[in-house]
Amino acid sequence: MLLTYIIKRILWTIPFLFAVSIVAFALIQAPPGDYLTTFAATLAQSGDMVDQERLEALRTRYGLDQPFIVQYWKWISGVLVGDFGISFEWQQPVSNLIWERMALSLCLAVSTLLFTWAVAFPIGIYSAVRKYSIGDYVVTTIGFLGLAMPNFLLALVLMYIGVVYFGADVGGLFSPEYQTAPWSWAKVVDLGKHIWIPVVILGTSSSAALIRIMRANLLDELNKPYVTTARAKGLSEFRLLLKYPVRLALNPFVSTIGWAFPQLISGAVITAFVLSLPTAGPLLLQALLAQDMYLAGAFILLLCTLTVVGMLVSDILLALLDPRIRYR
Amino acid sequence: MEPVAAAEPGPAVLEVKGLVTEFPTRHGPFRAVDDVSFELRAGQTLCVVGESGSGKSVTARSILQIVDTPGRITAGEVLLHRHRTSRGSGEEETIDLARLEPRGQAIRAIRGRDIAMIFQEPMSSLSPVHTIGNQIGEVIRLHESVSKKEARARSIELLRQVEIPTPESAVDRYTFEFSGGMRQRAMIAMSLACNPSVLIADEPTTALDVTTQAEILDLIKRLQVDHGMAVMLITHDMGVVAETADAIVVMRHGKLVERGSVEEIFYAPQHDYTKMLLQAVLDLDRPSERRLARRAVQAIGGPVVEIKGLVKEFDLRHGFMRRKGHVLKALDDIDLTLNEGENLGVVGESGSGKTTLGRCLLRVHDPSRGEMLYRAVGGGVADVATARGNGLERIRRDIRMIFQDPFASLNPRMNVAQIIGEPLLVNGVAKGAALRARVAELLDVVGLPASAMERYPHAFSGGQRQRIGIARAIALEPRVIVADEATSALDVSLRTQVLDLLLELQERLGLSFIFISHDISVIRYFCDRVAVMYRGKVVEVGETEEVCTNPQHGYTKALLSAVPHPDPRHRGMLGRHRYEAGR
Repeated sequence: MLLTYIIKRILWTIPFLFAVSIVAFALIQAPPGDYLTTFAATLAQSGDMVDQERLEALRTRYGLDQPFIVQYWKWISGVLVGDFGISFEWQQPVSNLIWERMALSLCLAVSTLLFTWAVAFPIGIYSAVRKYSIGDYVVTTIGFLGLAMPNFLLALVLMYIGVVYFGADVGGLFSPEYQTAPWSWAKVVDLGKHIWIPVVILGTSSSAALIRIMRANLLDELNKPYVTTARAKGLSEFRLLLKYPVRLALNPFVSTIGWAFPQLISGAVITAFVLSLPTAGPLLLQALLAQDMYLAGAFILLLCTLTVVGMLVSDILLALLDPRIRYR
Repeated sequence: MEPVAAAEPGPAVLEVKGLVTEFPTRHGPFRAVDDVSFELRAGQTLCVVGESGSGKSVTARSILQIVDTPGRITAGEVLLHRHRTSRGSGEEETIDLARLEPRGQAIRAIRGRDIAMIFQEPMSSLSPVHTIGNQIGEVIRLHESVSKKEARARSIELLRQVEIPTPESAVDRYTFEFSGGMRQRAMIAMSLACNPSVLIADEPTTALDVTTQAEILDLIKRLQVDHGMAVMLITHDMGVVAETADAIVVMRHGKLVERGSVEEIFYAPQHDYTKMLLQAVLDLDRPSERRLARRAVQAIGGPVVEIKGLVKEFDLRHGFMRRKGHVLKALDDIDLTLNEGENLGVVGESGSGKTTLGRCLLRVHDPSRGEMLYRAVGGGVADVATARGNGLERIRRDIRMIFQDPFASLNPRMNVAQIIGEPLLVNGVAKGAALRARVAELLDVVGLPASAMERYPHAFSGGQRQRIGIARAIALEPRVIVADEATSALDVSLRTQVLDLLLELQERLGLSFIFISHDISVIRYFCDRVAVMYRGKVVEVGETEEVCTNPQHGYTKALLSAVPHPDPRHRGMLGRHRYEAGR
């Protein structure tokens, strides 16, 4: 039963990813003009004249004069074998540019998600069980502050505090000596030393939201009759809490993976700029501005795929957690 | 007359003395339980009777100290005489449960082991995401040091004791895979896991059909005899009391009104409230005199609604090419006639299709086949089954509905004037001052003051809300009213009042009723004829008295014999008729 559900769910992602790829391609094609018009405009701004014929020649060479569907086909058939095309701006294969940045983005997103859960889960339970206690009010207030404060502001504040009071090196994800170095154990350790700042910054607002969700869910569950039944069995309050109401309140919590994931990745762009992180966000923005079609397309497609996979993971976890979903 | 066969009174196992449980509110503490004393004896059943809000559930929960926060025991003793139970060590050992710390180890060791509890709603009282076996095994492992494997084996044995078929596989299933009765059996199995000496059952059968109710009460009785338990049964149903009780406690507004043996309470009640409760039940168990008198003056007319060959199918097929599941025939070839000025009862268990029938008549559901001919005042005949547009709108003005749940069927964000005025407004009958005048008039008809108009539904009690629902139903001066379990959610004493109101309205407005209910006594009081439904079919139709006293169909016999009689000298459950038709 569970296996059929999972297989079915995985098979469904295939047509979905196909649709996503079309939308992604349509989106990067949507702005008027193409890379060459932007390129010509940039040159014109700096006073250079561009030869119209040369532009046309380039356009033909890149296939930019062909209809949408043909361009899409050329692109997607390449993607399927791992060839994401060539970045116009950087004049090198897209795959050379993106993998490390995507990996770092993913690493950042996953650590942030784990941080968020680690913070939101116990605090959410606490503030539901001790509803309207002083602790609940304190946590709630901090939660609202976290929700209301824009990430980049928190980033600036943390950077200031980090530099002035701790003398920490706050920009980027690596110390300068490791930036171009090949991967090694020392580099991983260095990453660990740097990543906590963006993790805290990005995690604050989503944990604030999750604390509210956990608290509300749990408050709904705490007065359900099955809790009284469990109490009448003689279970201790703590075991009872974790086994019954928390288990049921987890459902919406797990569903949040689906939306928290893409939010973390796209929401990280501004923070990444402020902290000059070598993640996918800044490069994607640059590629979009320059209408660097294949680079932007590859990023968007990969981000969408991650989102779809996030949804898939949360659906499968939900089915594992709640038998009612499996049997429907 | 033969005396009631009471069980041999065993020693008092649990004594409640002067119990007071309070809930702090802004206006000072509210006493939900106010100086209540009684005792539970081994092998005996004590029934605690009372209407909603009488504090009977809180009393039960106070014994185990599981009252919902912020309620707490403020006075009194709850003495568990453990030395008198099978768990006793021989030495005198009396524990005052009211003194124990509610979250402490001492009281937790008693919950589920010495004293177990069963709750009303078997669906929500069990966790939907844990298997039955997990939840039963948990109690065993909590109180006794046994291995998982052993706990599982014992869970299976318990499920077998409560007559759940194929317990070996049932143990790994989830509650939502069981029917209501099966869930309650599982709940009972869970409560018996550690051989408790006291079993507290809080309205254990209220959410179940009468036939299932009879089986569950049977089961509790049998297990009580086997295990020698003291049982405290909380109920609002005097019939259930008469069938099961050895001793009775009557509660009202948190106070103990009267206590005594089943004989004393039923045949020599002292307190007016007890008398009133019994009278309300007895009133319902026979035809309304008012109705009979009226029928003698004004005979029942010709047919208003004729249902012919009505079929309603629900397509439950799903999966690839819809190959899984099946088509459910909720209504299977129904023929019924409602006459002018008549009350037609429709009785049956949950899932018999009685509600679907009512909804088809209002075209909430579109019937699959068949016709429902409605004869309008002018003599014109329209088929409700196929009507659309204006035709349907006109029919819907003439056929109205009263709903079961007086809480859920009134929009909490609308005030009474808006609720009652809505059908008038929607149909363009009245607006402005005329609308308000009409609403005031309707409120007066159902016995509510005109000042009720500005208030919201939450300000009214269940009975008053049902009156608001009735006012809404009659606002358009309909000819036919479909009342779907209109009195089921009300206390017994209110039921007769509401039924009498409906009869009065019938006289004044010339109404015909289709009265859907699972409660035979209400049908008997209110209905001229009754149709018995079973699995989508009408198995028997006839004059109510005729059907009640001389049922022809096997299912009707089973249904009638499962109804608990409010007379302890006629306990009929063990000799009841069972009916099981092959699917």
